Amino acid sequence: MFNQYDVLETIDMIEKEHLDIRTVTMGISLLPCIRESAEETARAVYDRVCKKAEKLVKTACDLSAEYGIPIVNKRVSVTPVSLITAAFPEKSALVGAVLDRAAKELGIDFLGGYSALVHKGTADYEDIFLNTVPEVLASTERLCSSVNVGSSRSGINMDAVGRMGEIIKQTARLTVKEDGKGCAKLVVFCNAVEDNPFMAGAFHGVGEADTVVNVGVSGPGVVQHALKGVPDADLTDAAEVIKRTAFKITRAGQLIAREAAKRLNARFGIVDLSLAPTPARGDSVAHILEELGLEVVGGHGTTACLAMLNDAVKKGGVMASSRVGGLSGAFIPVSEDIGMIESAAAGKIGIDKLEAMTCVCSVGLDMIAVPGDTPASTISAIIADEAAIGMINNKTTAVRLIPAPNKTVGDKVCFGGLLGEAPVMPVHTGDASKFIKRGGLIPAPIHSFKN
Amino acid sequence: MRAVVTVTGTDKRGIIAKVSCFLAERNVNIEDISQTILGDQFAMIMMVDTSESQLSIAELAKDCEEMGRQIGMSVRIQHEDIFNAMHNV
Repeated sequence: MFNQYDVLETIDMIEKEHLDIRTVTMGISLLPCIRESAEETARAVYDRVCKKAEKLVKTACDLSAEYGIPIVNKRVSVTPVSLITAAFPEKSALVGAVLDRAAKELGIDFLGGYSALVHKGTADYEDIFLNTVPEVLASTERLCSSVNVGSSRSGINMDAVGRMGEIIKQTARLTVKEDGKGCAKLVVFCNAVEDNPFMAGAFHGVGEADTVVNVGVSGPGVVQHALKGVPDADLTDAAEVIKRTAFKITRAGQLIAREAAKRLNARFGIVDLSLAPTPARGDSVAHILEELGLEVVGGHGTTACLAMLNDAVKKGGVMASSRVGGLSGAFIPVSEDIGMIESAAAGKIGIDKLEAMTCVCSVGLDMIAVPGDTPASTISAIIADEAAIGMINNKTTAVRLIPAPNKTVGDKVCFGGLLGEAPVMPVHTGDASKFIKRGGLIPAPIHSFKN
Repeated sequence: MRAVVTVTGTDKRGIIAKVSCFLAERNVNIEDISQTILGDQFAMIMMVDTSESQLSIAELAKDCEEMGRQIGMSVRIQHEDIFNAMHNV
């Protein structure tokens, strides 16, 4: 039984501290949609996605009303499209277009899975598929793409890393009128997970069941508020406060995930424990770190604070849910976090500190605007650095960079909505093109041989 | 189905009467009630049973919001499981 204090605490969390279920994401396998031609396949994909997710938005709205907790996003992830169009890769865009149309039909803001998994090598059909990515991102509105270029087991496919630098640049060029927004829908992963509910990197792994419901919880504001209550606590006690808060947040997510799966006739997949910020004030991961005692996020001490936060969130969350997965940790997207935006605008956080932070949190260099004239090889080199961190440390890392067309340091890109805005950040200018041109595979690290 | 009704806002006369009437009209049975006043802030929590009501919790929630607006308070109804999940191991 709960007491009066518990009830009022929950109400405050929801109404004053931005507690919400960030996303209910339905993962749908597209493998049964493969037909002899691209046109037939595209039709089958559209029908299947629309049928399976028919009640997704309504169910999420019903649950939100019954339990009195906002469910911000309803989304769909699908099997990596490169696998579905392997027999006619040059026509992959047809499937991309119907997925975008399905997203609109369903009333969801993003659908993820225009993806390829090339971490050990790029097959011919994947090579052709990758060529279609910039055009598809430019011509669709809600479709998200991701490419896995490395893993701790297989090493890093540097040929693919080289390609991704070019693809990101081309995507920015094709979406020049929107500040390169196409790049905000494209993630390059190392150690991509198959059950991630968060965009833009969500896809439905081939090892997954036919239809699953994955839920991403959130609540940076709740954690920040809880820490405000213990301003003089030492870090052991502060970690305990974060753990307890993460537990409560995750329990709400677990409840919604189970109930949503039941009503949608799907399997309950996982709860992703991530603290995901939004550009709204009071919903910032950066401000949690500042609450722990930093003057501004990005200064010395930031990595240690983030490591503690990330670990405490996981410990509290794991206890609260029977099935934990996805990325699970703290997200640090620059353009989507008001604290990050302010720090970046003041020049207090740079790409090097962000890279260090990605060693201890759940994702990578996320939603960072860099000068539009940054060479493709430099973007590839940034991807390689990030993938190396993921590969060596057995964790997921990702890169979502926006080389802002015709903009440079001091300018700003604005995407609006959840994607937010970001000041253009300087990158190192040393030339890495010879390194990238070498290509090949960075071999898997010695500690990957565990069999 | 058991649900929790919460009423918060600035204290004034007749809140309990109005909320109780509203629930009775919709066949919602009040099982437990507690209230506190902190300064001029009023907080009331009711455990209710909605199984006799023709309205779903979602519909009741909408009505509660509207009624709250009329009396100048925040009134919500939520399935009890959200509190059970968050506050019980």
